[in-house]
Amino acid sequence: MAGYILKRLLSAIPVILGITVIVFLIMAMIPGDPATAILGSYATPENVEKLNRDLGLDKPLAQRYVIWLGNMLTGDFGRSFSLNRPVLDEILDRFSATLILAGTAFVLCSLIGILAGAISAARQYSLADKAITFVVLIGISVPSFFLGMMMILLFAVKLRWLPVSGMYAIYGGGDLPDLLAHLAMPALALAAVATGVVARLSRSAMLEVLRQDYIRTARAKGVPEGRVVYGHALRAAMVSIIPVLGIQAGFVLSGAVYIEMVFQWPGVGRMLVDAILKRDILLVQGGVVFVSACYVLFNIAVDVAQGLLDPRIKT
Amino acid sequence: MTAQTMTALTVTGLSKTFPVSGGLLGRARPGVRAVRPVSFAVEPGETLGIVGESGCGKSTLARMLVGLLPPSGGSIEIAGKALDTADPAAFGRRIQYVFQDPISSLNPRKTIRQIMEAPLKLLHGMDRAARAARIAEIFASVNLREEFLDRYPHEFSGGQAQRIGIARALAAAPGIIILDEPVSALDVSVQAQVLNLLAGLKRDFGLTYLFISHDLAVVEAVSDRVMVLYFGAVVEIGRAAEIFTSPKHPYTRLLAESAPVVGRALAAPEQKDSELPDPLDPPRGCAFAGRCIRASAVCRETDPPLEKMGDTRFAACHHPLED
Amino acid sequence: MTAFLRLLFRNRLAALGAAVLALILALVILAPLLPLPDPDATATAERFARPFSPGHLLGTDHLGRDLLARLVHGTRMSLAIGLAAALAAAVLGSAIGIVAGYAGGRTDNIIMRAIDMLMAFPYILLALAIVAALGPGLLNALIAVAAVNIPFFARNIRGITVGLAGREFIDAARLAGMGHGRIILSELLPNVLPVIVIGVSTTVGWMILETAGLSFLGLGSQPPQADLGSMLGEARAALITAPHTSVVPGLMIFLIVMSINLLGDGVRDALDPRLKSGALSRPRATTRVDRKGPVPDAPAKGLLDLQSLETQFHVGPRVYRAVNQVSLHVGRGECLGIIGESGSGKSVTALSVTGLVASPPGVVTGGAVRYEGEDLLGMPYGRLRAIRGEKIAYIFQDPLATLHPLYRIGAQMAEAIQVHHRVGAKEAEGRALELLRAVRIPNPESRLRNYPHEMSGGMRQRVGIAMALANDPEVLIADEPTTALDVTVQAQILALLDELRRERGLAIVFITHDFGVVAQLCDRVAVMYAGRIVEQGPTAEILARPAHPYTARLIACVPELGGGKRELAAIPGLPPVVDKLPPGCAFAPRCDRARPDCRAGEIALAGSGRHDVRCLHPEVTP
Repeated sequence: MAGYILKRLLSAIPVILGITVIVFLIMAMIPGDPATAILGSYATPENVEKLNRDLGLDKPLAQRYVIWLGNMLTGDFGRSFSLNRPVLDEILDRFSATLILAGTAFVLCSLIGILAGAISAARQYSLADKAITFVVLIGISVPSFFLGMMMILLFAVKLRWLPVSGMYAIYGGGDLPDLLAHLAMPALALAAVATGVVARLSRSAMLEVLRQDYIRTARAKGVPEGRVVYGHALRAAMVSIIPVLGIQAGFVLSGAVYIEMVFQWPGVGRMLVDAILKRDILLVQGGVVFVSACYVLFNIAVDVAQGLLDPRIKT
Repeated sequence: MTAQTMTALTVTGLSKTFPVSGGLLGRARPGVRAVRPVSFAVEPGETLGIVGESGCGKSTLARMLVGLLPPSGGSIEIAGKALDTADPAAFGRRIQYVFQDPISSLNPRKTIRQIMEAPLKLLHGMDRAARAARIAEIFASVNLREEFLDRYPHEFSGGQAQRIGIARALAAAPGIIILDEPVSALDVSVQAQVLNLLAGLKRDFGLTYLFISHDLAVVEAVSDRVMVLYFGAVVEIGRAAEIFTSPKHPYTRLLAESAPVVGRALAAPEQKDSELPDPLDPPRGCAFAGRCIRASAVCRETDPPLEKMGDTRFAACHHPLED
Repeated sequence: MTAFLRLLFRNRLAALGAAVLALILALVILAPLLPLPDPDATATAERFARPFSPGHLLGTDHLGRDLLARLVHGTRMSLAIGLAAALAAAVLGSAIGIVAGYAGGRTDNIIMRAIDMLMAFPYILLALAIVAALGPGLLNALIAVAAVNIPFFARNIRGITVGLAGREFIDAARLAGMGHGRIILSELLPNVLPVIVIGVSTTVGWMILETAGLSFLGLGSQPPQADLGSMLGEARAALITAPHTSVVPGLMIFLIVMSINLLGDGVRDALDPRLKSGALSRPRATTRVDRKGPVPDAPAKGLLDLQSLETQFHVGPRVYRAVNQVSLHVGRGECLGIIGESGSGKSVTALSVTGLVASPPGVVTGGAVRYEGEDLLGMPYGRLRAIRGEKIAYIFQDPLATLHPLYRIGAQMAEAIQVHHRVGAKEAEGRALELLRAVRIPNPESRLRNYPHEMSGGMRQRVGIAMALANDPEVLIADEPTTALDVTVQAQILALLDELRRERGLAIVFITHDFGVVAQLCDRVAVMYAGRIVEQGPTAEILARPAHPYTARLIACVPELGGGKRELAAIPGLPPVVDKLPPGCAFAPRCDRARPDCRAGEIALAGSGRHDVRCLHPEVTP
């Protein structure tokens, strides 16, 4: 198993390198002169030239990539001109907030989604199945940012149960209950879509598995039905559910961008949107590479979990 | 050379090795030898049966013979003409294939007419009228009604679909047809229909058959000669009428004794409790030595060559069985 | 096509989605003809007018622009952009997927590595990077959304193509002289197309949501041009004071996406052939029993006694009479063979005994199954479960499919014991070891730790037998246990079964299509045709003097080793489908002895009781 984990970790290196190449190439597509784009049309020619030199834009593309990559490996992601601080510092400050939000939402969507899907399949066509199917349908159709806004109207404005936005209260607060109160709405709004997708998939995976011959074998052995469904069948269904959880983690991370905007959550997503609107290219570049690399590592954890579950995967 | 003396199909040293992806450290592996160099000849109008169990390489061999799989070595000669490029279209006019799973061999989204027309149009460049006439002729010979032509494959039973598969093979007007387990997906009551149809077609069109099956009794009933494969190599070849009643190779005897026969008492035939060798790590000597009760030291050291043992019989064994 | 639409709209939710979507489409297509004010005309004096105010049905936004007009135009924009993104992603992604899947080998490897690289991004980061480079704008948002969705199509379509490219009809096309281009276009594409359509219909809603999302962030449509996302984004600042400006576009997005999702699911269900037959329903723990007539209460013969058993499959309006009035019995130490072709009902008969027929669609509609005199069919689930595996055990055909792929052999065997007996893990494992020895598996200690896929077919079937023997059952039902095995392995398994029966006094019900196997193993045999027993009696007698013409012809058409090259005696015609059986004898249309009375009415199974036949004109009188 240790060898397998090591193998998977090594395989992440080319993927992360590929990510940096793609990001670099996309950024190289910026039309016109990036320095002018960054400094605005009122910049003096001297300033433009200086920035061009600082960014290394006078060098050939491949050389620029190698320099950029080398700098990143030493922890130098460049300097954000709009915030006037190192890009990496800003990303690290923001990433923990995103991690709390997306992590909570991911745990919620996995647990609720799998459970709802399994129950739905085990009691196909029952009232519970229909209710779950209906809620799931709404969940996957409503935009998360709209759901978040409606939650603010209901729970913060009308019922006054929860704070409107932010991560901590401005005065006082800062403790765990304060964080949880602020986290509740954004995490739920973020989890909604992914929960729906996971529940749907779990349901169909369970239905597929329940028709397999080895389920009939379990019944022929006299295994009690509860154990057949929530033991034999759910375990086999997890083989197709786990990869989807990996994909859903990407969706949750993506949805976090919207939710952070709606709830003024101080995460990476908001930072990126602000950076794009301010044309702070280095901050965008660094943020995308950093978060994507973290996502690659997470997916390796998913692969390892899959390897632990399914002995047919060569470890 | 006259047509009389020319063989229909001559296979010389044909082999196939599938590459195996190396491990993490890129250790070079020799690859899996699915078919070890195989040589045989088939006379015009003959039916050569090919038997063997799963993993013996019979399907790999068949796919090479029709150009679907490029061989790793050796040559294929059809009616004196070498065909060594793996171009199925070049093979298609001379040798055709009937598949094991009749339903899966028909494109579910095409009508039978479209399926039948493809070889006529692409291999023989026939125009519409010629194609219609030819299809009518072929359908009559395989006892299919022409109204079937505008239906889709899922509307047919296995037996009917297999007739369509045979009709498609005939449309290419080949001299040789490879029948790859043509009846094993069919019910026994339908099997006999298809086998008899095949016998009739062979008579009418002067065809040469290679009949691949795992069912010894079926092979014996339709073949002139039988070739027994084990672990990618020919272990015995001989006349169908005698190969199973007086086998030379212990594996042939094991096969014959394992086939359930009415009136024979039930007993597991003599063999050692071991299985097929690992294709990734083949043994040095005879591949059957691990299961063979007659195996000696020489068997485990050197692979026996195929040797002539009687008028028409060849076997690859250091200790062949006596009559 | 009409069949597809009928199937689609039979699904009421899909029809509802289609109706809502049609309404919205009609609204946006007719937009230029509707008497709407200019959506971009500002009137700050009238800002934040509530819905239903005069002149503004849905009110106005923060610049006093008419919300209804902006909604209609915004919807138009959002739909157009979402559809364009979906089509672009589908066409490009599918093309990549088909080429990669068909080409295989290195081409496939390189393309899919690149696709995997794109999928390594959380998708919005890729979209954000593209927008950051190209600059905010609706067209750039479209490009970004299409680009990030290409990998999903490419992967999905590649997977389907790889499966299809390995199918035999592709080989057949190559042998028919088709080149690669022609094979892709005329053989693969028609088969992949439904999957592409399903992909589009299930993701277009998602892509509309995504483009709206980018606009919501201010990266899509730029003012004053409106789409639904930017309307929502602009309204966010006034969420608390003027919630209607948010609710209106938000609800519209929800309605569009929901209706498209409903329709998309309907399309998927209608196109996916597995769902067509309703096969994707969950089989219940036991077969449904719905006996129409009285339960037979004749005294039971033997250990296991099937009395006039009837099992049917109810699929839509069709009723397949898979098992029709079947009576059988087997005693201790006896081996009963049930022989028949596929569709004859032999396996369904076997599975009906302990309620293992998949239900739906299976229903037991009559008869009784008595084990030691007690009727299993009417038994509550708990009692039946206690008998399954404990008293009556099964061996199935394909041991790879019938063993759980994720549990070790030892665990599966121990479970078989522990669900019936309170024994510790250690003891159960010890017993499993003993059983593996009993079925003569070499190195049983190490085999316990194996997974099914690590064993050969013959070894797996030995495990299947060992597991069936775990609780020393009284009855063993073997459903074609050697059909998937090679002939040399089959011989070993048959010898093993025969030995176990003699040692343990097992009653065996052996289902097969092979007379050679029956002859070697079974004391008595029942021949089934079209759901009925047509003949039953001692094996030797039936093989020597078959009474039913079907039995006789079936024996004659199977070649036997040692007969040499010969013409085989074929049975003309095909077995009937059991949802529309002819009156009288089901074999009559294929029988050369049939006379008019054969087709007249019910024919009884008659004879000495030792050897019975269901025939008016038998070959011999039993």
